[in-house]
Amino acid sequence: MNTTKKFDKSLFEPLAASEKNSEVLAPQAGYWKDAWRRFKANKGALIGLILITLLLLIAFIGPYFNDHNYWSQNPSMSNQEHFGDHFFGTDDKGRDLWQRVWYGAKVSLLIAFIAAFLDVVIGVVFGGISGYFGGRVDAVMQRILEIIYSIPNIVVIILLMMYLEPGILPIAVALSFTGWVPMARVVRAQILKLKTQEYVLAARTMGASHFRILFKHLIPNVMGPIIIAVTFSIPSAIFFEAFLSFIGLGLRPPSASLGILVNDGYRVLQLFPFELFWPALVLSIIMLSFNLIGDGLRDALDPKMKK
Amino acid sequence: MTQPILQVKNLEKHFQLDRNKVLKAVDGISFEVMPGETFGLVGESGCGKSTTGRTIINLYDTTGGEVLFEGKNVHQLKGKNQKKFRRDMQMIFQDPYASLNPRKSVMDIIAEGLDIHEIASGKSREEVVYELLETVGLNKSHAARYPHEFSGGQRQRIGIARALAMEPKFIIADEPISALDVSVQAQVVNLMRKLQKEKGLTYLFIAHDLSMVKYISDRVGVMYLGRMAELADSDELYKEPLHPYTQGLLSTAPIPDPIQAKEREKIRIKGEIPSPLNPPSGCRFRTRCPYAMEVCAKVDPIWQEAKPNHWVACHLYQDSNPQ
Amino acid sequence: MKPLLEVSDLHVTFRSQHQEVKAIRGVDFTIGEGEVVAFVGESGSGKSVTFQSIMRLLPQPPANIDRGQVLYSGRDLTKLSEVDMQKIRGKEIAMIFQDPMTSLNPTIRVGKQITESLMRHQKLTSQEAKNRSIELLKMVGIPSPSERINQFPHQFSGGMRQRAMIAMALACSPKLLIADEPTTALDVTIQAQIIDLLKDLQNNTGSSIVFITHDLGVVAEIADRVAVMYAGKIVETGTLDEIFYDPKHPYTWGLLASMPKLDQSRDQDLASIPGSPPSLVNPPVGCPFTSRCPYAMKVCQEQMPEVTTSSDSHQVACWLQHPDAPEVKNPVASAGR
Repeated sequence: MNTTKKFDKSLFEPLAASEKNSEVLAPQAGYWKDAWRRFKANKGALIGLILITLLLLIAFIGPYFNDHNYWSQNPSMSNQEHFGDHFFGTDDKGRDLWQRVWYGAKVSLLIAFIAAFLDVVIGVVFGGISGYFGGRVDAVMQRILEIIYSIPNIVVIILLMMYLEPGILPIAVALSFTGWVPMARVVRAQILKLKTQEYVLAARTMGASHFRILFKHLIPNVMGPIIIAVTFSIPSAIFFEAFLSFIGLGLRPPSASLGILVNDGYRVLQLFPFELFWPALVLSIIMLSFNLIGDGLRDALDPKMKK
Repeated sequence: MTQPILQVKNLEKHFQLDRNKVLKAVDGISFEVMPGETFGLVGESGCGKSTTGRTIINLYDTTGGEVLFEGKNVHQLKGKNQKKFRRDMQMIFQDPYASLNPRKSVMDIIAEGLDIHEIASGKSREEVVYELLETVGLNKSHAARYPHEFSGGQRQRIGIARALAMEPKFIIADEPISALDVSVQAQVVNLMRKLQKEKGLTYLFIAHDLSMVKYISDRVGVMYLGRMAELADSDELYKEPLHPYTQGLLSTAPIPDPIQAKEREKIRIKGEIPSPLNPPSGCRFRTRCPYAMEVCAKVDPIWQEAKPNHWVACHLYQDSNPQ
Repeated sequence: MKPLLEVSDLHVTFRSQHQEVKAIRGVDFTIGEGEVVAFVGESGSGKSVTFQSIMRLLPQPPANIDRGQVLYSGRDLTKLSEVDMQKIRGKEIAMIFQDPMTSLNPTIRVGKQITESLMRHQKLTSQEAKNRSIELLKMVGIPSPSERINQFPHQFSGGMRQRAMIAMALACSPKLLIADEPTTALDVTIQAQIIDLLKDLQNNTGSSIVFITHDLGVVAEIADRVAVMYAGKIVETGTLDEIFYDPKHPYTWGLLASMPKLDQSRDQDLASIPGSPPSLVNPPVGCPFTSRCPYAMKVCQEQMPEVTTSSDSHQVACWLQHPDAPEVKNPVASAGR
């Protein structure tokens, strides 16, 4: 064993401190960068992201591809399948479906985004306060939340829609009337888990205010779950808006949303199936992509939740 | 004579777990800490040592008794005094992974106190943080990074820098090294000792590892199930432990020396730590004590000075019943 | 002493999409029959991974045994089928872990968890198995075992759970017990009880024990032989006395010096090892301890040190042992006798 190899003597000179590799830190990879890498690795999520980007792009520039608009009626041209620059054909009143589908997609997405935004604002504040203060505050707030959630939301929405003018904002408000509840629950559960962490105690020992602890320490750490909840709440808002329009509680003509278009198409399904096909296709793509993105984000932002 | 910087008088902290379940985490303990010294608090899990620390720094309200910092009751501070207290007393935590907010840069973590108390901003804030990083043995370039890029020992240094930013007089270190690897523990302990010398800090050092507490502390208090069992100078405590629990702890503490380990007298503490929800009557240690007597079950031993500066709560040393 | 387990040139790598962690980088050792060998090292040194890969408990992927041989009574464990391996686990080689709560099934009564393995490995009837379980629980010092076997793990305290785990591990009288930080999660007084228990059991049954720990104090209490691991390699191995009183590797010196003795003077600083262990994603070419070693030489950075043997049992991987290296006095020698 002790047959030592011969080495150059100079190798046995002591190493100066500067020559030693001092502590090498792990490569700098932020939370978001890391999450993006995981997201990219998920093919479904990437497809979802590409689809939704394409769809948004077309929704905004598509209307310039022909000279029609979404409201002008032309009875002589009603229910025509694809011809000339009517790429998707026309509806029963002779309005251009290409224009109406993209207009409707924009309206549906706008309603969904506003509703999601309201969900986040109300849900984060409510869930955050409820979870952070705990005890009696939490008990009271949870009862309020349960009462709101126990009323079937369709009833609430129908009542609200009777009071409010049907329009983009009122529909969004009606949707988030109960829509914020799941968000509040997600946030509350996370805050309950995080608030005993030592970094929160550290902030308290330094005299940080409740506001500071909640919004500077806790909420940033709940961003992942919040974003995930939002991506899942957008398709459900779109779906619910479609449902409202379908039962006749949605926007008024000539305005359109994907739900209204699906409803219109449904009425003439047996004669002119294309009038249902196009809006339904766009609706499906939106729903599918958001769900794919949501799944991808969940895996990317919260890798532990996967199993 | 110098006044103690911290006086804990008959401190009680009970947690109401249920309608009829009360956890008496800390049940009447008293001690004083002198300026510039390190006071060690040892005990096993459930003995209330961490609760004591957190009550002293006013993370918890008291159930009974009081905590005086520089003569003022910590739990009744208001306004300006309260703000001053939040600067004067700081805490270092056990878990280097949980004690730093993962979404904040090292710069923002260390500057937290500066921001809260609006002490420094902009360029001067940066300067302060850079200087603190140097003080704890890290460097400027670390300021922009995030906690997960650091090892446990480096994170603990960041936690120390955060506490130092407030220029405190008193630091509570709650098991600051028990989550670290052996070779790194010594680094952190040496750093804490260096800072104490340079800045005249006073430490309350909470740990379960008797050999480390004994090494770093001037005086040590031994806790058992919410009560103080013994309190003495650390050398005295090591040379002449009075309480059977301390004797047991000393003889079971692992020592890295096989010959000593084999030769030393072994006082084995039998059984398990009773539930703090339902502690034994009388002396709480009696169920595991090799010298338990009849009186131990009936009467609470009195906390008394058995020898000068050596306090113990044990019937073996009560005046009325000499050994 | 007859060798029971012989491991040679073991390499284990964890592969994920974007990186490879070379957790074990060539480990050789032998465990003799009836021997207690302690494996010491910091977190990430590979001490637990070594034995988890020997027991084939690591999920593959990401883990992969790249190279090496693990001979147990003449059979190479790395080449056994999963079914054959199951016959070895529990029966021949048993393992206990740091956290008994996660290794006991919380929904099954403690007694049943023990009898099940008895019935499977030893083909006992359920009554025999039950009697044997009571016997085992009694042996590990659990009071009123006949009632205790009907309880669930959460009704046991931490120390009791670890005792129950030990009883379970001993159920089939294994020849080798691998104890992975079995006392780390326990309080000092309970830790001492468990160490005493393991020592007694070892004396009575004569099985071999591998004791994985980071605590040299615990090692001093229980081990016959010690292997010090650093960055996926064994840097020094020797008998208990050799490691504590005549250590040769600067890392071992550092470990010993950084623990305060109970009679340590407060006036002097603790000797500490600067820095932290290297990343095993890109392990250094030379000795992994170079960047933290006060005696580092040029050769240390460039070449992995050779293993030198200073007695039958004492081996060190350090360039200071080379005849051309400068003489370095062991700074902790005074600590011994």
